Amino acid sequence: MAQADASMELDNRSGGSVEKMVTADGLPLKTSLRRAERRSKLFAFALVAPLLGFLLIVFIFPMAQMMWRSVDNPQIINTLPRTVEALEAWNPSAEELPPEEAYAALNADLAEGLERDRGAIGRLQGRLNNDVSGARAAVRSVAGQAGDRSEPFKDKFIEANALWGEPAIWRVIQREGRPLTASRYLRALDREYAPDGSIQMRDEGQRTYVALFMRTFALSATILGLTFLLGFPISYYMATLPMRYANLLMIFVLLPFWTSLLVRTSAWIVLLQQQGVINSTLVGLGIIGDDQRLSMVYNMTGTIVAMTHILLPFMVLPLYSVMRGIPPSYMRAAKGLGAKPWTAFRRVYFPQPLPGVAAGGVLVFIISIGYYITPALVGGQSGRMISNEIARHIQGDNPGLGAAIATLLLVCVMILYWVYNRLVGADNLKLG
Amino acid sequence: MAPKDHNDAFVAFDRVQKTYDGEQLVVKDLNLDIGKGEFLTMLGPSGSGKTTCLMMLAGFETATFGDILLDGKPINNIPPHKRGIGMVFQNYALFPHMTVAENLSFPLEVRDISRAEREKKIARALDMVQMGEFGNRRPAQLSGGQMQRVALARALVFEPDLVLMDEPLGALDKNLRERMQLEIKHIHETLGVTVVYVTHDQSEALTMSNRIAVFDDGRIQQLATPDELYEKPENAFVAAFIGENNTLRGKVESVDGAYCTLQLADGSRVQALAVNIEGEGAESTLSLRPERVYLDVSSETHDNIFEGEVRELIYLGDHIRVRMNVCGNDEFVLKMPNDSHARRLSVGERVQVGWVKEDCRALDPS
Repeated sequence: MAQADASMELDNRSGGSVEKMVTADGLPLKTSLRRAERRSKLFAFALVAPLLGFLLIVFIFPMAQMMWRSVDNPQIINTLPRTVEALEAWNPSAEELPPEEAYAALNADLAEGLERDRGAIGRLQGRLNNDVSGARAAVRSVAGQAGDRSEPFKDKFIEANALWGEPAIWRVIQREGRPLTASRYLRALDREYAPDGSIQMRDEGQRTYVALFMRTFALSATILGLTFLLGFPISYYMATLPMRYANLLMIFVLLPFWTSLLVRTSAWIVLLQQQGVINSTLVGLGIIGDDQRLSMVYNMTGTIVAMTHILLPFMVLPLYSVMRGIPPSYMRAAKGLGAKPWTAFRRVYFPQPLPGVAAGGVLVFIISIGYYITPALVGGQSGRMISNEIARHIQGDNPGLGAAIATLLLVCVMILYWVYNRLVGADNLKLG
Repeated sequence: MAPKDHNDAFVAFDRVQKTYDGEQLVVKDLNLDIGKGEFLTMLGPSGSGKTTCLMMLAGFETATFGDILLDGKPINNIPPHKRGIGMVFQNYALFPHMTVAENLSFPLEVRDISRAEREKKIARALDMVQMGEFGNRRPAQLSGGQMQRVALARALVFEPDLVLMDEPLGALDKNLRERMQLEIKHIHETLGVTVVYVTHDQSEALTMSNRIAVFDDGRIQQLATPDELYEKPENAFVAAFIGENNTLRGKVESVDGAYCTLQLADGSRVQALAVNIEGEGAESTLSLRPERVYLDVSSETHDNIFEGEVRELIYLGDHIRVRMNVCGNDEFVLKMPNDSHARRLSVGERVQVGWVKEDCRALDPS
């Protein structure tokens, strides 16, 4: 028996050497390799782990929470469970008020809520007010006496606040009486529910966010274009200079990074305002009249100037590092082969730093569509961007809407990155 | 090949000087005539001014003084792209974002040559360097030797009359370099194009050139054919730079027509060919090729006979390098052919060495 085993093992070895490589002690090679590399893998993980943990806590977790808040909708279903149940049979698209039972259920819910948790009523008011203006007052007007009120509730409710006599608020209670909602995303896209439950555009005067998204993209594209136009020549020049002078110039390019935000902002205001340096110079030179002073700050121009300034290094750094690596012999070769200087530049030089242009471009664009502080300080009304709206809602009474807009912005960035990756390839992203 | 006079030259440097910083001349008074169809090599150590000369000819540097003439016309003020000179760069400078065929197409496109004509010329040029299969590759997918071939084809594809090469084989390993040397030489012979070639590798220069201009310190030290340069160096620098060389220093004791006698530091007297000496009593350097020193010869056939002591034997296969002490010089080298009945030497042995005075050139003190 033992002999048979041994011979089988022998067979296995001789046969196995063809199919499966083994080490001297008979273990498969792959297993041994895994064992041998376990230590280095553990070491590598230990190097990454602190950052991973940090990102998990301060980035991924809050992001997930933000996305959750954009759809989280507990206020109505938790505070008005009976009302939601009573409204199940009601047809919202008919222009009729719900039956008396619904009013009774609402009264009971409010009475219980008042007794159990006053804060919940407050949150309910805020939530309803997000979708129906005036709902806060309407709830407040009936909640106080809910415990003392008796039948018939319907007339008393309508008497207390006319909003209870309109189907709109009941439609909202019925539709939003679920734990999750899409209504903030509709708002963020300037859409709303029609009475029959279908989705429609909001009234012209109430549309805000789509236009603001568009403006944000347009501004970002403009800033991207400007940083490229300003950054390309300076990067090219720096790449041709000896290291010593190039580093000196680089300091000037990086200067905005080293200046306090408030110092920078006040400098722009001093420079750009109506009584500022530029306007006064132009008036002094007689180029424009005193009554024609240009408004260059607290509007779109202010946002563009200031953001181009602060984002320029993000374009220059990758461009410069890519251009440094392009030997001057290419241009020489092109000229030597008979190309005019401009043709040589266009056909031989220009295509080579394109990965740097792409890297800088993606950086500048993605940073600028989420930019907040500069437009808030010097943007005025016409220079506002979508982030200002996000901040306003998150600090204000509709954080859910802010979260929804922020999530949409995140999705936009993801799509942009995906498109970029398909077109250029993330491997070509050269940051230095 | 070599031009008869200045007016016959295809490329001429006329009293050219070049400085970069206004303080030091990199090229000092360069006069050089290159004939049509000639393969001329500028050879010299780094910093000798040879690459600067090439760059001035290509138009990437301007001469501080003097004229450079191409086919009789001064080209100092013609920009590089109008000179119509093909150039092969040290690092090839193949455009990385273009395929091999696009690289070759580039000089033709900027000359507005029709598509059909372009394709014909590209195919011909690629076949010439045996790269016909590689038209669709990118430079990054080629080996060093292949890139070198493509760079050569690109410099030739628009059929220039003059091609400049700036140490084109410097990055290749020895075997490939030697093969490419022959290939470039054959292409030159086939096309009859004028080539100005820059290198610091003397064997490369000897292999390929019709004539070699040896540069040092911003000047041409000697301009001659390879055999003349090797066998008849005119000064100590050229003698030391080209090939292996035994150097003996001494004072000229007497001059007798074409020959002279030198006294070395250890008192021994050597007869030599007076090539470049200032006269009796002057310091001089003797140059003697190791392969012209013989063992166990008599004074009847050889003018100089000395006794030397073997210090080191280096086995090199086809020959054995023998380092010995001769006339007080510890670095004296001779080459012993490795044939079956040659004498076997051992370290410490004392032997007679000798050479004829025609092979021993008295040059300037260095």
